[in-house]
Amino acid sequence: MSVDQKMDSGRRQLLVATSAAGGVAAVATAVPFVASLTPSERAKAAGAPVEADISKLAPGEMMTVEWRGKPVWILRRTPEMLSSLEKTDAAVSDPESGKEMQPEYAKNKHRSIKPEYLITVGICTHLGCSPSDKFKVGADSGMGEDWHGGFLCPCHGSKFDLSGRVYKSMPAPDNLEVPPHKYLSDTTILIGDDSKA
Amino acid sequence: MTTKSQELLNWIDERFPLTSTWKEHLSEYYAPKNFNFWYFFGSLALLVLVIQILTGIFLVMHYKPDASLNASGIPVAFASVEYIMREVPGGWLIRYLHSTGASAFFIVVYLHMFRGLLYGSYRKPRELIWIFGTLIFLALMAEAFMGYLLPWGQMSFWGAQVIVNLFSAIPVIGPDLSVVIRGDFVVSDATLNRFFSFHVIAVPLVLIGLVVAHIVALHEVGSNNPDGVEIKKKKDANGIPLDGIPFHPYYTVKDIVGVVGFLIFFTAIVFFAPEGGGYFLEYNNFIPADPLKTPPHIAPVWYFTPFYSILRAVTYPLFGIDAKFWGVVAMGAAVVIIAFLPWLDRSPVKSIRYKGGLFKGILAVFIVSFFILGYLGVLPPTPGRTLVAQICSVIYFAFFLAMPWYSKLDKCKPEPDRVTFK
Repeated sequence: MSVDQKMDSGRRQLLVATSAAGGVAAVATAVPFVASLTPSERAKAAGAPVEADISKLAPGEMMTVEWRGKPVWILRRTPEMLSSLEKTDAAVSDPESGKEMQPEYAKNKHRSIKPEYLITVGICTHLGCSPSDKFKVGADSGMGEDWHGGFLCPCHGSKFDLSGRVYKSMPAPDNLEVPPHKYLSDTTILIGDDSKA
Repeated sequence: MTTKSQELLNWIDERFPLTSTWKEHLSEYYAPKNFNFWYFFGSLALLVLVIQILTGIFLVMHYKPDASLNASGIPVAFASVEYIMREVPGGWLIRYLHSTGASAFFIVVYLHMFRGLLYGSYRKPRELIWIFGTLIFLALMAEAFMGYLLPWGQMSFWGAQVIVNLFSAIPVIGPDLSVVIRGDFVVSDATLNRFFSFHVIAVPLVLIGLVVAHIVALHEVGSNNPDGVEIKKKKDANGIPLDGIPFHPYYTVKDIVGVVGFLIFFTAIVFFAPEGGGYFLEYNNFIPADPLKTPPHIAPVWYFTPFYSILRAVTYPLFGIDAKFWGVVAMGAAVVIIAFLPWLDRSPVKSIRYKGGLFKGILAVFIVSFFILGYLGVLPPTPGRTLVAQICSVIYFAFFLAMPWYSKLDKCKPEPDRVTFK
């Protein structure tokens, strides 16, 4: 076709229309490929609740169970540990657990059903590292004179108190997550399910 | 050349541009005659790319991307790397060449980028070469990051955990996006398999394509040189630049010297210090991945640490969005901003040789802060270190963002007409 010939607008329209239709088809083809990147049915089904036996947990001790591939901590707090929560109240960013990081029944100062037991996902709310326990208090802890015990994330230095409440001005924005859980008996906890009977 | 082989060559040339391609890119590609030491690193980067592809091909024959536990309770992926190291004949060498090659790649590429910074190689008309180069750097970071997950050690696992969680900081789409990247709600077998796929197929293809684009664009406009003057401005009667020499044989031979020198250092590390003092292969990565326990100190491999420091330096929320999101933004911007250098530098000269004290001083401060950021990135954070990282991050960005002003203010010396050559 030479330059001075008039453009056949009918053919051009057909060309644009078929290209557009082809483009839509190409985008539609991408859908199953993108879908294949999302969690498989098996991965979605892997979230079954787990039972934890806490009968052998001594006061001041912590155990870890795996739930949905994540560590869940069960900390049996001593009276001193519980009283430390009063001292950290002013230093933490969300003392009343205002943000939705726990089920309704754990929305209290001790962030648990029974004050003695803290059940929390041991994953820092910053970038997902698992914080280390720093239960010693004062200068012995290596965390400074006024440390009341808690957790320190090794990755970016976020600090949490013994209720998993994050200190102010830390990289982590939120308190540690409290998973849905319930007591099956005094010594057995079911993590991942809090439905009533 | 004998008639028979000349005939064969003619037969090919009538069907495929063999001789003309050889001439265009090698025997009649005229490069400035004053290249120095800094010009080794482009060809060395190509050499390392070949080393990585070759060793990678052989590693894949024995490696298994499988996070499930074997009969001894060790993840299969981790065990297959140990199998390569201990039982595959020559496997240890191929694996060390690959793991050392990753660090060598970044050393060579950082020096190659610094060369561009010294001699203004990003300036007009080489903007696209520079942009392709920045994209190569980005692709290389993705390649290195995903490759690092494959040994499925503690550092592999927790490093991936942290970096993938960065994406969850993006408002609205973040949490879903990080699930799509992992293919699961936690870093798992699904993540390992897709990172394997990206590491051995997708990213290398992109990388090779970008390298071709980088070189094609370079050969279109011609190479810069340490004086930063265009050799194409002064040509002889045949249209050949007066200061140009054919790439082959002159620079092929020079680059072979560079290759020999490089391989002496490289093999010395492979044979005598393949762990690079814990910087090339981190000690915690000799422990199988444990999703329930983060190592007491996690740090990225050395080549990511300057950018990782910038990420950690952002500790203030802004516009009601978490600090972690802005940390991610700052880290991304720190890489992307490099691509804008061609438009940020307003200096009348290209090369550092003719730039004034102002530019040289600021460049020196920039390089020092970059090293400090890199050093802080391997250390656990303390309030003091965070403050230093914040100052260095500001210097990093100021180097780029203030460049339009200080590069103009700088008192430059006049550029020569032709390259200086003794």
